[in-house]
Amino acid sequence: MTLLFNYLIFPGLLFSAAIGLFAGWFDRKLTARIQFRVGPPWHQNFTDIIKLLGKETIYPAQSGFTFLLSPYLGFLSVGLVATILGMNLISAASGFNGDLIVVIYLMLIPAIAMILGASASRNPLASVGASRELKLILAYELPFLLAIVALIIKCGGVIRLGKILELQALGSSNIVSWSGALAFIVCFFCVQAKLGFAPFDIAEADQELMCGTLIEYSGLPLAVFKLTKAVMLYILPLFLIVLFMGKDTSLFFVVLKYIGLLILIILVKNTNPRVRIDQALGFFWKVPTFMGLASVILALVGQ
Amino acid sequence: MSLKTKALTKSIWVFHVSAGSCNNCDIEILDMFTPRFDIERFGIQLIGSVRHADALLITGAMNKKSVPRMKKIYEQAPKPCVVVAVGQCALSRHMFRDSYNVCEPLDKILPVDLYIPGCPPRPEAMIDGIVKLVTKIRKGK
Repeated sequence: MTLLFNYLIFPGLLFSAAIGLFAGWFDRKLTARIQFRVGPPWHQNFTDIIKLLGKETIYPAQSGFTFLLSPYLGFLSVGLVATILGMNLISAASGFNGDLIVVIYLMLIPAIAMILGASASRNPLASVGASRELKLILAYELPFLLAIVALIIKCGGVIRLGKILELQALGSSNIVSWSGALAFIVCFFCVQAKLGFAPFDIAEADQELMCGTLIEYSGLPLAVFKLTKAVMLYILPLFLIVLFMGKDTSLFFVVLKYIGLLILIILVKNTNPRVRIDQALGFFWKVPTFMGLASVILALVGQ
Repeated sequence: MSLKTKALTKSIWVFHVSAGSCNNCDIEILDMFTPRFDIERFGIQLIGSVRHADALLITGAMNKKSVPRMKKIYEQAPKPCVVVAVGQCALSRHMFRDSYNVCEPLDKILPVDLYIPGCPPRPEAMIDGIVKLVTKIRKGK
């Protein structure tokens, strides 16, 4: 019963969706202020979701169950990530051995759900978006995993989030060391790509692909995809905080670190143009991969 | 007024259809999203896919090529969806009235909810029109 409560309400789906929608508003407001506009009111993203729930759902002929079910696949898995991360932050003993690996896998599922849904929608623009999303996954997964391997080596081979947090609480945050700092920079680029923010918003390019992967979605499934995006905006910075800045996990400092990371992500988003898919692949396999390798080597020699 | 209507009027996603306009109205529509007018304050967003649309902004005189496509676009939009005719051409065909390839004014083709006259209408006029439409919907159409 507590497990269900944790998954559905407190650190899980409902709570993380609310925080994520609020963070989404923060993104829109800050973007507006950067462009010398006023920006939407604080409840704007909640209103969008409520409106989408009341709209008609259209699905293409012959699209099948995959089209309607794939949004839920992504949403439920990011909810699980939010639960695991939240519970670990509340008490470090509540995790299980290997939950870092589980979290890494689950964070990939929203992208896969988006590819499934886009491919099922039988729209040429959506299929272009799906193929770009797939190439983007190939691009960012390699440096992301390398950075996490460096972190695991640095923590002495533990793959448990609670243990990593404990080690940081006893010593210092992982980001303060050379290998940790390099791994953090690599992870930051990968988070930008996982969120689908500029300069890596290639799969959903508004101007060229008309929302790309989401082009055929309307009503309830679109709302679920928007919620998935919102939860991603909550869990990915939180994941970075747990792995790299876990020295002080009191509520005040976690919120402060979260807002700081969010502002950094939004500033990068607003000051960079969109890259082409071949540029993104080239970038991720050149710069962050080698930074990740350097970070692994530094972790092995104990820096 | 139900929660659904309230949410709908506070977050209107606009899809922009050009049915053979001279681009003047289209430029004025884009002006609404610039820092000077900033219509995102009211939750109005320009979106790329008609599946996400709550309002269709239609500009230009309808010609024989664009009318069937326009009907198709209207059928593709999820309901409830309002149709806004922007500019004198969409309202009455304007100076193209006797042209060989121009069909009928927009309201003979689709159910139009809001007319915004002008050649081109100013962004203030469009914002004023949207406010009137929102009040109309909120009072229960």
